[in-house]
Amino acid sequence: MPLVLERRSERSATIAIASPLIAIALTLATMAALFAILGKNPVEALDVYFLEPLTDPYSLGEIAVKATPLVMIAIGLSLCYIANIWNIGAEGQFLVGAVAGSWLAVRTNGTDAGPWVLPAMLLLGALGGALYALIPAICKVRFGASEILTSLMLVYVANFGLDYLVRGPWRDPHGMNFPTTADFDPVATVPTLIEGGRLHAGAIVTLLVVMAATVLLGRTIMGFEIRLVGAAPKAARFSGFNADKLTLFTFAVSGALAGLAGIIEVAGPVGHLQPDISPGYGFTAIIVAFLGRLNPVGILIAGLFLALTFIGGENAEIAIKVPLDLTKVFQGILLFYVLACDSMIIYRIRFISTLRKPAHADV
Amino acid sequence: MLMFEAIMLSVIAASTPLLLAAAGELVAERSGVLNLGLEGMMIMGAACAFAGTYVSDSIVVGALCGVLAGVAMSAIFAIFTLGLAVNQVASGLALTILGTGLSGLIGAGFVGQRISTAPQLHLPVLTDLPLVGRILFGQDAFVYLSVALVIGIWLFLYRSRAGLVLRAVGDNHTSAHALGYPVLKIRALAVLFGGGCAGLAGAFLPLAYTPFFIPGMTAGRGWIALALVVFASWRPGRLVAGAYLFGAVSILQLHAQALGLGIPSQLMSSLPYLATVIVLVLISRTRGIAGSAAPASLGVVFVPDR
Repeated sequence: MPLVLERRSERSATIAIASPLIAIALTLATMAALFAILGKNPVEALDVYFLEPLTDPYSLGEIAVKATPLVMIAIGLSLCYIANIWNIGAEGQFLVGAVAGSWLAVRTNGTDAGPWVLPAMLLLGALGGALYALIPAICKVRFGASEILTSLMLVYVANFGLDYLVRGPWRDPHGMNFPTTADFDPVATVPTLIEGGRLHAGAIVTLLVVMAATVLLGRTIMGFEIRLVGAAPKAARFSGFNADKLTLFTFAVSGALAGLAGIIEVAGPVGHLQPDISPGYGFTAIIVAFLGRLNPVGILIAGLFLALTFIGGENAEIAIKVPLDLTKVFQGILLFYVLACDSMIIYRIRFISTLRKPAHADV
Repeated sequence: MLMFEAIMLSVIAASTPLLLAAAGELVAERSGVLNLGLEGMMIMGAACAFAGTYVSDSIVVGALCGVLAGVAMSAIFAIFTLGLAVNQVASGLALTILGTGLSGLIGAGFVGQRISTAPQLHLPVLTDLPLVGRILFGQDAFVYLSVALVIGIWLFLYRSRAGLVLRAVGDNHTSAHALGYPVLKIRALAVLFGGGCAGLAGAFLPLAYTPFFIPGMTAGRGWIALALVVFASWRPGRLVAGAYLFGAVSILQLHAQALGLGIPSQLMSSLPYLATVIVLVLISRTRGIAGSAAPASLGVVFVPDR
């Protein structure tokens, strides 16, 4: 084999900073090739996808609206992934959070309930998400069942549960038989930040979550524990940290954040509960977490970037007639490249050819 | 008795894709590679198999297209996880996301089209036997292939030297490497084999199960197949039992709905997924006493020293 991996003597600081950018550059190059294969002008397509949304105010607002749930979920997931715990069911926790919070909105609909409704809904949403996330966590801690598979299976269950509620008991009787609940009352709606816009107060909550996560990871014992268990599980065990407790904690926090994102999405931009409230936020958030290098501020930037691809994808579908699935292709390729670039922080690629000259690949 | 036959036939049809996909994944995991991208490889297999059959009007060509699509997807996975030492869990997710997107692109032009599905075996006397005739002698080629595949895998793993080496690589890659076995090459081959099986499992869906392609038609079967491998304790024999058990659970909903028991259809539809969680819990709990049956190096990155 002419190419081999070799462990670096120490982590490459340059690549650690540059890796997300290299990954994005590689993804754009791959996408350009893909556009060419689909018979589209790559330059025009990339422009529609990644630059045009940045030039008009409506799209900019929409990017912030889409980034709000992505960043909130990804922050929670990053805590799990730093500790090497694999919650991949955030999509389900998002849905259950939305359902749990909506319960109150549906119950108080049309009554003269006071302004306490929204805060209570947010609380219920976070609680619902956390409890739902604790199912795989408890199965893992108590019985040793793989949290990867159980958390993912519960996404499907959550989807069916939501579907049942909006088609059955919670369906709006005046809704022309559409599978949605009645529109939420104003007291059960997340207020918008600018009159007439769609950007809502949830964005501020997300920013607070980013700040809280920065403090948690950098300044608290719990944050230290999370990082230590991920980096050196044996050392963590010897120093008396309880891995089970950590699994429960990270799952509960990531579930709560996903649930909070869910209820904010429903009580904010959507305005009622319906079957399709998420274009896969819970899965895209996994990419956001890794692209942001599991760092709160990095995740904020990565979330905005992936939100851009949602908007760009929608624009491209209309402007240059490419299927919406291309956004998923883009996201999959991006995640591969991000992971590969992260790997290059620890390893370098070395050519062993007849010329015995070590070449340092920059990939 | 017709009811029995109908139920058995639908159980077999529902089990076959699970068995095919899980059998391939079992080989990959036995070599120490956890490929969570099964769902993505399956849906690509489904899309390419439909496209192949639609264009060529041949089931065989379509099935081959499905296998090749699975192999190609698993090659991407192998390059990243084996070549570049990338985390296998996250790469598997990336493969699933990529496969979902790509299959949508490929399948977009074929949604709403129909093909004729794979023919079923018909032997003069045997197929007409009462009760067991159609169940044993009236299936399509995929069903017989899935059983043959599992037998072949069992023979390979437990009765061949190559199988022994593959298991050694999965249980202790450092020792296998020290003995001079090409760990990464063996793993790459196992991953490609798993990809081919997943592609074939995906191909079964539009070629034998439903005569059309729907985006996302794998509906989590890849993930259930992953759970099946755990359920089977990484043993081919138990895989067959597990696949048919899960197949039975997933068709239970159809028959329960036909009986009109008044249970919400969504609850019945979520049964296979709930059953997976419960089975994983039960199997992991009983194993807690005997120790894990998983290959010791499963999911661990290996970079050979030089």
